[in-house]
Amino acid sequence: MNRLDLKTVLGWVPKDSRVLDLGCGDGAFLARLRDERNVIGVGVDIDPVNLIAAVSKGLDVIQEDINDGLYCFTTNRFDVVVLAHALQELTHPHIALERMVDIGDEAIVSFPNFGHWLCRAHLGFKGRMPMSRAMPRHWYNTPNIHFCTVKDFESLCSDLKIDIIERATIAGAAQGLLGRWFPNLFATSAIYRIRRAGG
Amino acid sequence: MAETFPADSVGLVTPQVAHFDDPFTFANGAVLQSHQLVYETYGELNSAGDNAVLICHALSGSHHAAGFHSADERRPGWWDLAIGPGKPIDTNRLFVVCSNNLGCCDGSSGPNTTNPGTGEPWGGQFPQPQVQDWVRSQKLLAEHLGLSKWAAVIGGSLGGMQALQWTIDFPDWVGHCVALAAAPGLTAQNIAFNEIARHAILSDPDWCEGAYLSEGTLPARGVALARMVGHLTYMSADGMSDRFGRELREGGFSPEENAEWVFQVESYLRHQGSRFSTQFDANTYVLMTRALDLFDLTGSQDGGLAAVLSRAQAEFLVASFSSDWRFPPQRSIEIRDALMAAGKPVTYANIETDNGHDGFLLPNPHYEQLLKEWMRRVGPL
Repeated sequence: MNRLDLKTVLGWVPKDSRVLDLGCGDGAFLARLRDERNVIGVGVDIDPVNLIAAVSKGLDVIQEDINDGLYCFTTNRFDVVVLAHALQELTHPHIALERMVDIGDEAIVSFPNFGHWLCRAHLGFKGRMPMSRAMPRHWYNTPNIHFCTVKDFESLCSDLKIDIIERATIAGAAQGLLGRWFPNLFATSAIYRIRRAGG
Repeated sequence: MAETFPADSVGLVTPQVAHFDDPFTFANGAVLQSHQLVYETYGELNSAGDNAVLICHALSGSHHAAGFHSADERRPGWWDLAIGPGKPIDTNRLFVVCSNNLGCCDGSSGPNTTNPGTGEPWGGQFPQPQVQDWVRSQKLLAEHLGLSKWAAVIGGSLGGMQALQWTIDFPDWVGHCVALAAAPGLTAQNIAFNEIARHAILSDPDWCEGAYLSEGTLPARGVALARMVGHLTYMSADGMSDRFGRELREGGFSPEENAEWVFQVESYLRHQGSRFSTQFDANTYVLMTRALDLFDLTGSQDGGLAAVLSRAQAEFLVASFSSDWRFPPQRSIEIRDALMAAGKPVTYANIETDNGHDGFLLPNPHYEQLLKEWMRRVGPL
């Protein structure tokens, strides 16, 4: 699983918990959670090839569009709901976040940080939408339609009355500490543990 | 048909008959003093008895789900696509049973068999079965076969509904359940189509109030029309456009051709209707459509479908077919959501296809792969 800092997330998922993985892909992450942490996992994915791959790992998967609101999942059914590097692809990221903290006691969200200095440089100096190895598509055909920065995300959580329990950042090797101290500028991606405020 | 069967076919199969001499009481109170079920099996039951899988057939299906009855049978059983060595329902590993439902016309006790009380064919006097009756009669068959549990109960359409009924009527009997193109109950539109089919049969002068076998007639026109209507609801508009378009089968529109023509789709429907009308019993068609109409998993249960399904102990695979308008994806989603609300393990897929309701019977790579991968969790490893 390279969409997410696996070590970080594994540490955030309690043993024997029930986990919902939104955009589960081929199910590799859920299968690891099941095998290493005895998690009961359910995946959601829209792509039939992913669905088959995840089912072949013995997982239960629901073929569903996250954008449809996840109304098939009732409140408090899961201990943890995971959305790995897909927030920026959703039609209504704020609705998905609210659903996630309703469905699960906690949620784990990761996304690429559009406030990273390279992105800023790309936009600021070249005057073009940033492209990189992690974001290889042009602005017009990228699935990433809702980029945000670390600051943007934290401000949205505050607006939605969602508590941030923990934050981890991923930065280039030389920028590990900078990424932690100045995440909005130096983190390439960020991972959050969140829950409904007062929950 | 060649002398040899395909390598992934179960090959030559012989239907078997189980006789039951104890009275069987239907949900509506009617009683059969004795009855019989015809069935087929594929693969071997293992010594632990934990690899048995039950296949439930749809409205016009039979016990002949896979393989061939003879070397020159042109077409294999109705679900040969899914059942066989190395196929999704793998007969190298699983012992597969498929029975003809009670009240059907392919050898199980039904309207076209003899009523021992009168010595005449049952005709319209055969009791109206319901889905839960079929489940109970299949349980008798399972016990007759020495089974105490199904590793899986599997079906499409009406058969999918029957599989679901199994999971709530005998929860500890069903380890896994596959419900394809099913619904938790029939809608007004579903019932309306069934009523049109029944009306076609009942208004045929050869119907003879259901006693056509005793009278030596056959309501073939009524059954053909019923089948044409039914068949139409199994296909999608896009699928029909692709397959038939506006092609003519014969004739033409011009004066030289006497303005006599037959569209391909007309010819196809006529063929389907006429073939069916000589093969399928009219009384059975009436009974089957009524059994469908009566099917309502939720019933008057408080808490709705989720409360009903909370009794189940099975793991579920629910699949719908994108262009199915007879039991559309939304109906499968109702089942899926109720199962999730009841905390049951469930996998759900909506198979992209132009094949309409018939999608569960027809080749489709994603569908076949999904079923195959999911079935790996059924039975001993």
